[in-house]
Amino acid sequence: MTTNTDRGAFRIGKHVVLLAGVVLMLYPVAWMLSSSLKPAGDIFTTSSLIPRSWDLSNYATGWEGAGNSFGAAIVNSFLVAVVCVIGNVLSCSMAAYAFARLRFRFRGAAMAVMLGTIMLPHQVLLIPQYYLFFRAGWVNTFLPLTVPKFLAVDAFFIFLMVQFVRGLPRELDEAAVIDGCGPARIYWHIILPLLRPAMVTTAILTFVWTYDDFFGQLIYLTDPAKQTVPVALSGFQDNMGGNSLWGPMFAMSVIALIPVVVIFLIFQKRIVEGVATTGLKG
Amino acid sequence: MPTAVASEPDTQVPARPVPAPPARRRTADGRWGGVFLAPWLLGLVLLTLGPMAASLYFSFTDFGLLGSPHWVGGKNYAELLTDDPTYLQSIKVTLVYVGLSVPLKLAIALLVAMVLNTKLRGLSFYRAVFYLPSLLGASVAVAIMWRQLFTGDGVVNRFLAVLGIDAPSWVSNPDYSIYTLVALAAWQFGTPMLIFLAGLQQIPRTLLEAASVDGAGTVSRFFRVTLPLLTPILFFNLVMQVIGSFQAFSQAYVVGDGQGGPAESTLVYSLYLYKAAFVEFKMGYASAIAWVFLLGIAALTAVNFLFSRYWVFYDDEH
Repeated sequence: MTTNTDRGAFRIGKHVVLLAGVVLMLYPVAWMLSSSLKPAGDIFTTSSLIPRSWDLSNYATGWEGAGNSFGAAIVNSFLVAVVCVIGNVLSCSMAAYAFARLRFRFRGAAMAVMLGTIMLPHQVLLIPQYYLFFRAGWVNTFLPLTVPKFLAVDAFFIFLMVQFVRGLPRELDEAAVIDGCGPARIYWHIILPLLRPAMVTTAILTFVWTYDDFFGQLIYLTDPAKQTVPVALSGFQDNMGGNSLWGPMFAMSVIALIPVVVIFLIFQKRIVEGVATTGLKG
Repeated sequence: MPTAVASEPDTQVPARPVPAPPARRRTADGRWGGVFLAPWLLGLVLLTLGPMAASLYFSFTDFGLLGSPHWVGGKNYAELLTDDPTYLQSIKVTLVYVGLSVPLKLAIALLVAMVLNTKLRGLSFYRAVFYLPSLLGASVAVAIMWRQLFTGDGVVNRFLAVLGIDAPSWVSNPDYSIYTLVALAAWQFGTPMLIFLAGLQQIPRTLLEAASVDGAGTVSRFFRVTLPLLTPILFFNLVMQVIGSFQAFSQAYVVGDGQGGPAESTLVYSLYLYKAAFVEFKMGYASAIAWVFLLGIAALTAVNFLFSRYWVFYDDEH
């Protein structure tokens, strides 16, 4: 027995509740952005999101960093993340092609092991891996972070790509075989171009997860010149002493979030669909 | 008819056995399979199986990174379970964190997904905004921000003061600091929300309409139709969130000032492992910590799967 006005009121009410939720979700980030633009004295004394007086000096101070330039940390972070993206896309797509298309002995067993490693908590591998890289003299280089990606250790992405390759029509492979292509050329000329959507998803997520990863970068990069963004930010917090550096720390935190936000804005639809259909971690 | 069929094979089946070409292809495939799997196989042996075996071995030694490990038998495990109050504290903190944050996160995720699953203008906008914190959440920058929201004169307390509530400093009070982390986890409900939403969209509208015709109200439609059909997705989210929450590290590291403070109230399991291994360099001891962790998570996941048959509903008949 609902009238039209009732239904209209219900619909508006729903939007009011949802918009309140939106404010709640975004408020913390907005607060940090506004704090980064306030003079030190105003951060914890004024509630307004709009600064009373604008102060860009936080950004200048923060950029110079605690000991080492924050700009250098950003360059390091991007370098590591980009190399990891290349490694993951290449090695995971190779493994995925083998699992999805080639027939060989122990394929079923290898596939089961691969899926098992997805759920394996990495903590149990940490110490021997550290020892291995320590003995190799790789501590304070980017190699412990990047080289494993070329060995397809992120099995989740193999799984993602296997599912995708299985959805591609086999007739294409068969036609290529008739035309004289071997597996190497099928992989390169047929599978890879068609695999692009899954490779883009892999690239986006590898970038974001590597860029945000803290544990690995914390233990392997102790030299200030090698620091990445998460390590530099946590260094800010350690070196603060007094409260006077809140502004610069917030300013650099804002800068640290920009790449992820930009990626989200560009690839929003693909990320949302990827999460919904594959149940990505997070 | 039968006679005609019976006489055919003699004339039509070729003498040559059919499987010959696939067999040749199989060996060629096998060679190429090795080539394409080589990176993965190398990683599996060098970076997964090898380290697993090595950390199991280290856990029975007094290994300290420099110098060679000496076999000490079950001493590390005995010490962990009987003689290390800090370790037991880290287990308690982790269980409280997982026990509070996972149900809270899943409840919010389901609720929001239900609201978004109605005919709604601006769905993709809401979906994107509610998901964004999950993507940002792993960042140290967000943890730094979160910590400052919950200090004594932070934004949260200023809002509570407006409501007349005089709250303590959340981050510096050992009784409350863990709730800062729980709230941060709950803020990131986006991933399970998206998965719930995808699941809700799969539920046939006809079932819900049939229930309405039979006189079911909104509440009983939810509990008798929607929720049972959603249990496989709820189960998936539960398993993934439990495994993920047990491994929480960066947020606790930042909120607890790298120490799991105040008074070890935010010392989650991974943080204690980190301190044992990379601050005190007790690698053998830390390996034992890691193996108890692995066995604990494996056992919990197994229990989760065993228990699932009593409440997860799979619509197999169709």
